[in-house]
Amino acid sequence: MLKAQNRLGLVFFPAFDWAISPTHPEREERLLYTQDQVIEEGLLDIEGIIEYRPRLATTRDVERVHVCVPDVKSRTTESHLIAAGGAMVAAEAVIKGEVDRAFALVRPPGHHAFRIVHGARGFCNINIEAIMLEYIRQQYGPKRVAIVDTDCHHGDGTQDIYWHDKDTLYISIHQDGRTLYPGSGFLHEFGGPNALGYNLNLPLPPGTGEDGFLYALDNFILPVLEEFKPDLIINSAGQDNHYTDPITNMRFSAPGYAKLNDRLKPDIAVLEGGYSIEGALPYTNVGIILAMAGLDYSYVREPDYAPAKVSQPAEITQYIADLCRQALNAWRNREEIAAKLRSGQEKVQRHRRIYYDTEGLLETQTETTLICDACAGLSWIDSCTDQGEHILAVFIPRSSCSRCYEEGYKIFEQTPKQNFTHLYLQDRLKDILLYR
Amino acid sequence: MLVGLDMGGTHTDAVVIRDAKVWRYTKVLTSPHNFLESIQSALKEVLAGIPLDNIRRVNLSTTVSTNAIVEGKTAPVGLVLEPGPGLNPAFLACGRHNYFLSSAIDHRGRETAPLKEEELREAASAFRQRKIGHLAIVGKFSPRNPAHELAAAEYFKKDFPHLTLGHRLSGRLNFPRRVFSAYFNAAVADTYRSFAQAMMSFCSGNKITAPIYILKADGGTLSLETSREMPIETILSGPAASIMGALALAPTNDDAIILDIGGTTTDIAFLAGGAPLLEPQGAFIAGRPTLVRALLTRSLGLGGDSYTRVEGGGLRLGPQRHGPAMALGGPQPTPTDALLTLERINIGDPEAARRAMKLLGLQLGLGVEDVAEQILRQFACQIAVAVESFLKEINSRPVYTVREVLEDKKINPTHAIAIGAPANALAPYLEETLKLPVKVPELAEIANAVGAALSRVTAEISLQADTEQKVLLVPELGLKETIPASFNLATARGRALNLIRERARQMGAYPEQLEEVEITEEQSFNMVRGFWTSGRNIRLKAQIKPGLETIIRR
Ligand SMILES: [Zn+2]
Ligand SMILES: [Zn+2]
Repeated sequence: MLKAQNRLGLVFFPAFDWAISPTHPEREERLLYTQDQVIEEGLLDIEGIIEYRPRLATTRDVERVHVCVPDVKSRTTESHLIAAGGAMVAAEAVIKGEVDRAFALVRPPGHHAFRIVHGARGFCNINIEAIMLEYIRQQYGPKRVAIVDTDCHHGDGTQDIYWHDKDTLYISIHQDGRTLYPGSGFLHEFGGPNALGYNLNLPLPPGTGEDGFLYALDNFILPVLEEFKPDLIINSAGQDNHYTDPITNMRFSAPGYAKLNDRLKPDIAVLEGGYSIEGALPYTNVGIILAMAGLDYSYVREPDYAPAKVSQPAEITQYIADLCRQALNAWRNREEIAAKLRSGQEKVQRHRRIYYDTEGLLETQTETTLICDACAGLSWIDSCTDQGEHILAVFIPRSSCSRCYEEGYKIFEQTPKQNFTHLYLQDRLKDILLYR
Repeated sequence: MLVGLDMGGTHTDAVVIRDAKVWRYTKVLTSPHNFLESIQSALKEVLAGIPLDNIRRVNLSTTVSTNAIVEGKTAPVGLVLEPGPGLNPAFLACGRHNYFLSSAIDHRGRETAPLKEEELREAASAFRQRKIGHLAIVGKFSPRNPAHELAAAEYFKKDFPHLTLGHRLSGRLNFPRRVFSAYFNAAVADTYRSFAQAMMSFCSGNKITAPIYILKADGGTLSLETSREMPIETILSGPAASIMGALALAPTNDDAIILDIGGTTTDIAFLAGGAPLLEPQGAFIAGRPTLVRALLTRSLGLGGDSYTRVEGGGLRLGPQRHGPAMALGGPQPTPTDALLTLERINIGDPEAARRAMKLLGLQLGLGVEDVAEQILRQFACQIAVAVESFLKEINSRPVYTVREVLEDKKINPTHAIAIGAPANALAPYLEETLKLPVKVPELAEIANAVGAALSRVTAEISLQADTEQKVLLVPELGLKETIPASFNLATARGRALNLIRERARQMGAYPEQLEEVEITEEQSFNMVRGFWTSGRNIRLKAQIKPGLETIIRR
């Protein structure tokens, strides 16, 4: 019988009884054929591939990452909590050394969920990778972590959550935001003042083929990881770059995803998007599982796979090469860029409008962050929606220095309540969320 | 009257049950070289003087197929595999000669690469050259569309009379398991068929006109006639017979542990609400996973004859067996010697047993009784540890729906049922380590034969309907039909219940069982393409309710 070279933990949660709506891409059927393929391949009989049962993430696990308005219960369903809990189970198996790597094949996804959650965005309510990662840090101590997001959409939620965090390097490759939801993810989105350069985006042109993705991996992602030296690599393993995906315009493939995974060697992979449920997902997921387990994936391919379906024109090849060079340069010059940006400043502010496509809700945010040399810096967000919510949320980071900590409580306690519908304080040192 | 017989490695046990009571039983030594003779002599003995017309059924549990595989006395098999994209299929090449086709079927049962006649021709000539008579033909996703397996069979049938088709063995997905199941089925076909033939001649020669049934690993039976087509189903029926026997002798509606304590091994099984748990996918045969439905058991290398010695300053029990207890003339101390030393059993030479304990006592600095006591405590402790880890594994099995995660259903045993020779003597020790009451039923030593006698026909079908493709399939029955777009879950249920009755009749089910059918799994998915619902994907499993003919009355 076969034996996996790397012991691989698998959490499979297809949520066969949950959908956003009956004909929505996030519906019961999404992972049905993937499960068929995984079972028919007999992957769970391979020695060293171990399936784990998912569990529910708790309110506290969610509040460690998010401020849900008005609360966690009203913004999540059980399926969201199980997807997050499934990712937590997978990661924990790796941290405890029960397996070498783990893959959480769960739904619904999470990488479009921001720190503040007023509703669902891009099929996501809560950020399952962030909930997983912060749980691991809370339980098992500080870690330097790289999140590599290979979903076709920019993971704007993950970017938002780790914007100020130098210990979490977020790298996203995705279809250029000028041509696809959510419209963000450009080179200049480079991280907050306390973590400049630790948020890296590579917006790939529509029509990027197998070679383009692997080029970006070899010439941008891997060199950066080599220098960052993470304790853990997490792959947000969206599969909507596939040439058959109905809602995107890329030309990636199952053999390509397997190769990418083989070279990236993530400790933990978490499924994100991917909506070609028959033509892509059964094959991409089998490819990723085999690559993670260190098994031969050279027989994995789509039935209709052909080189012409995954090729790219020469201009795209050239464009991607230039893009990788620019992005890598920016990463290598991050400290100079940061020094220039921070000089003479005490705090920075950014104003944003965030659209929640699923419920048609518009949020307006003003985020203020203290520049701090001692920690990731205190942030507070004034957020109001066109549905009448107006909140203030104060975020004391994991690594908070005493100045930022005290300042955070002062703002939370001294802000007059009458201007807001809710006031929140996320205190990561005490691991609690306070309401007023 | 019901007759049950279980042929084990050492003994062959037979019972006659009348009016829900064990009326007669016998135990003969199994002759390792002549299984047929062992069965026949046990049957003759237990039936002596009984009016044969009163026998309603004879149920046999045999190790004929298991032994043929373990001892490598199998026929050479040619494998024709259609692996499609996915895993590198090299590890499946378990036949004498293996041919991989380039054609393929996908997860919805659609042909993605056509069957090529030149490949079949090439395979056939390779098999002929190697004088292979038995073929197993297995395709990936063949339960979703058996067309390629059927077409290949059509091509091979004139030259190769013995064909096993993957989709007929099980409707469940798992290509490697389907390959191994089909391989074993083909490999034991000759041995099993000659056994079946000999049983039929024996019965007609001895005026036994009652129908004969063969035990399966899932604690059910099938008719001797049908078993000739699927000999693989007769494998590993021994542990199942014992579990069914324990259930007949100590019936319950609770969660419980079943322990079958033998000479070399202890088998562990669980009841959920009084029903034995099944292997989630199927039995392991000679280290290979298959789709053969089987009761879920774990075998622990610990029994009454386990080699007991001092190692690293402590006692070690098993997993080896070096012969019987010293009290019975064996070479090494065993737990049986400990039981005799403490006068908990009454077999063999007590002096030899004490000598065994003394041998160990000298190394441990303990008296004879203290050593014996310690051995039994450790014996019970090792069983409790194994039970706990097995239970943990079962209770952490994955689930795939929100509802199941929230229910978080777990097996929580309220008691243990112990059978096997040393069960009674060990019960107090087990109660201590398991922290549960331990019941040892009367006649526990022939539970296996009782289980055999009272088992009933079991059968399962998998129905799949795809209303977009307008196809309904039941692989186990070889059924494929066209359905209208309006076909839905309710229609599917009715159809599945009718079809499981048909399957039950094929397997030789008793008439009253045809009313005891049920749906065990059902799923219906809306298939959406673009913005529209294009059809429904319906999957059902139906079975004859498993269970016993009767429980034993006191
Ligand atoms: Zn996506
Ligand atoms: Zn600070």
